[in-house]
Amino acid sequence: MAELLQTAAHAEHDHKPHGWRRWVFATNHKDIGTMYLIAAATMFLIGGLAAMAIRAQLFKSGMKLFDPAMFNSLTTMHGLIMIFGAIMPAWVGLANWMIPLQIGAPDMALPRLNNLSFWILPFAFTLMLASFFVPGGAVAGGWTMYPPLMQQFGAAFPMLIFAIHLMGISSILGAINVIVTIMNLRAPGMTLLRMPLFVWTWLITAYLLIAVMPVLAGAVTMQLTDHFFGTSFFNAAGGGDPVLFLHVFWFFGHPEVYILILPAFGIISEIIPTFSRKPLFGYEAMVYATASIAFLSFIVWGHHMFTVGMPVAAQLFFMLSTMLIAVPTGVKVFNWVATMWRGSLSFEPPMLFAVAFLFLFSIGGFSGLMLALVPSDYQYHGTYFVVAHFHYVLVPGAVFAIFGGVYYWLPKWSGRMYDMRLAKWHFWLSVIFVNVLFFPQHFLGLAGMPRRIPDYAPQFTDWNMVSSIGGFIFGASQVLFPYIVIKCIRSGKPIEANSPWDGAHGLEWELPCPAPYHSWQTPPTEAMLAHGTGH
Amino acid sequence: MKRTRLGRLLATSVLGLAGRLPLAWGASGWDELNMPRGVTSASRSIYALHMMALWVCVGIAVVVFGVMIWSLIFHRKARGAVPDVTLTHSTKVEVVWTAVPVIILASMAIPAARLLLKINNNADPQVNIRVTGFQWGWRYQYVGSDVSIISKLSASSNAASQLHSGISPTSVPHYLLSVDHKVVVPVGEKVRLLITSVDVIHSWWVPDLGVKRDAIPGYINEVSFTIAANRPGIYRGQCTELCGRGHAYMPIVVRAVTPAAYQAWLKQHSLSRGEAAAHTPAATLTST
Ligand code: HEM
Ligand SMILES: [Cu+2]
Ligand SMILES: [Cu+2]
Repeated sequence: MAELLQTAAHAEHDHKPHGWRRWVFATNHKDIGTMYLIAAATMFLIGGLAAMAIRAQLFKSGMKLFDPAMFNSLTTMHGLIMIFGAIMPAWVGLANWMIPLQIGAPDMALPRLNNLSFWILPFAFTLMLASFFVPGGAVAGGWTMYPPLMQQFGAAFPMLIFAIHLMGISSILGAINVIVTIMNLRAPGMTLLRMPLFVWTWLITAYLLIAVMPVLAGAVTMQLTDHFFGTSFFNAAGGGDPVLFLHVFWFFGHPEVYILILPAFGIISEIIPTFSRKPLFGYEAMVYATASIAFLSFIVWGHHMFTVGMPVAAQLFFMLSTMLIAVPTGVKVFNWVATMWRGSLSFEPPMLFAVAFLFLFSIGGFSGLMLALVPSDYQYHGTYFVVAHFHYVLVPGAVFAIFGGVYYWLPKWSGRMYDMRLAKWHFWLSVIFVNVLFFPQHFLGLAGMPRRIPDYAPQFTDWNMVSSIGGFIFGASQVLFPYIVIKCIRSGKPIEANSPWDGAHGLEWELPCPAPYHSWQTPPTEAMLAHGTGH
Repeated sequence: MKRTRLGRLLATSVLGLAGRLPLAWGASGWDELNMPRGVTSASRSIYALHMMALWVCVGIAVVVFGVMIWSLIFHRKARGAVPDVTLTHSTKVEVVWTAVPVIILASMAIPAARLLLKINNNADPQVNIRVTGFQWGWRYQYVGSDVSIISKLSASSNAASQLHSGISPTSVPHYLLSVDHKVVVPVGEKVRLLITSVDVIHSWWVPDLGVKRDAIPGYINEVSFTIAANRPGIYRGQCTELCGRGHAYMPIVVRAVTPAAYQAWLKQHSLSRGEAAAHTPAATLTST
């Protein structure tokens, strides 16, 4: 890491503090972006270790490593860590690094707020992880935290809720910063409809964050007051309604899953044109499709609750609205495919991850479509089929897009090229074993294996073994990623040109490698803009 | 050089997987891979809907992935492909690929909606059973009689499932899917369940019946099924809503018998009043 700082440091005008002050008092978007990415990678590792423990426990029927309560804590914390600790901070880190570069700004608009929104996170994560060690162990009610079960946990319960509040505040501040930056700091000539898609998808994501993080905060706060202050929001015995929590949670929860995936759409929309050497097909359609997905994401939450016993009319409504999301999602996939069509493709690591994203995210979309059909969902819900679905959209979806984004922009950040051969190894191991890991879970779910169980009937053993083996190899292969990044920063081959990718367009590629400490100190020229946006 | 090493890796992992397939299929056929057809008209219709949706998805995948693979092969820079940079927009294809999915989706939504309305019909039940989830088991009360059963994980499964029990799960009949007292229902008659819970949310699921409904404190959820008259038998399921430490250990086992046998069973049990019914010698008929 130290080298990255050095490379950034030899930029002119560096009246920045040195040593630890540079990080604690950081206001530079790149420094903060780097810290976010390191935090995300750390949490990805911890969440990954929890996943390995889960897969070890499930390796075969009857085998027991952990007590069921501990197992439930592991699955709960795995989910929370991956969503709030790994993927969301990774997106904010990428936003910090790339948005100013891509819109021609010197930095984010609100640097001190930026510092605060990052430095909240270590406290939030520490609190969340520390809850493993309090009496009774970590919360074990699933990342969905349904009451009344959630009310049964000890000291970990308020700790988790406080951690969620902190992470929520951090996300909201980060989102405000993104919106203000995009609205106010675009270079002259960078109209909204010339913005790169990563910026567009992040802008929409930021609105989603501001809309739904307070909803989550409200939902968990009501649980807190139910527990400690004698209210009965969700307590049936006191006249409350446990199902109310499910509605409020999923009103947050479904937009949340789009918070996790929209920036990925943005990155894929950057990578595919570059390595197809062709402008993105249907740029405007992509923007409108993203916006309609975001809008629809607010009216589909009931599809997580088909077995709760909602009125049939409500179930019908949620089925139809959910199916409608497939239309703009399809438009996006078709546009990516059309971008590759009659292009001139090459397969550097970012493109490999992007192509894998196209195939595997689509598989997650197909299972999503199947889950949307209410009668079928009666059978799928609460089984490994759902686990397979959301892991296909989250791992070869969101996580692969993060890998692709890092492999795409790392040369711009560090001024050096990474080891392509190793990165391809990382890709092939990941793409093969992510399927070995998750594809059999479709079978398990259909054959009747419920999710969130620490032990299962012997007939499920075969596919669980396959899945666990896939999981171990997938997990082990991820060690390559930090190794490749660190090796690149320390000893990668320096890059002379502004861009290592011959097909890349975008303002970030008009700057030298590595990008200067205060990104754009003079606005880009119209010629740069025209070259950068390609339209 | 690079390519061959990668090729070898691919080949070994594919072969490794393929090696397991016959094992998996040999064990219990397609059951291990797909949704069961089940024994109610609802479960069969759901199976049909599921297969229809699956094939539609496969069809879309073949077309979309086919175009992608074509591009990946023929539009490579390494083959000297020249990018057609003018290809950035086409209203015609964009309208097509918005409209065609709408038609495909509608063709799935209509049968799904029909089926939904059909299976959510709780009118005119012949048997009513109150089902109450608790941590961790199920209580069944037969409405209109005093028969009441508490159904928990069987002792043999329970013993084997303890940490470091040393008992092999394959030595236990129906490990984790057997109970001490089964719920008994008649075939060919419409059975309505009134589902609730006394503590946290549970979910009552028997795949072969095509029934899954949450048990929620403060709510009474209704769900109905009719088992085909020619399909008496034992049907097993599990709780599908995380309900704490014992979530994996509260299975559901339904014994479907002829209406005459059902009536006889009911009579036998109502003679021996209340909860004690479960402990009379007659009740042992229903165990495992
Ligand atoms: C075509 C688009 C999609 C459709 C139609 C769809 C549909 C669904 C449905 C119906 C469920 C509920 C399943 C059940 O519990 O019975 C579900 C669950 C889930 N989906 Fe999706 N989905 C789509 C895309 C996504 C995306 C893009 C993500 C995230 C990146 C995502 C993440 C999840 C997660 C995390 C769950 C499980 C939540 C839980 O119960 O813990 N989905 N999806
Ligand atoms: Cu959803
Ligand atoms: Cu349960």
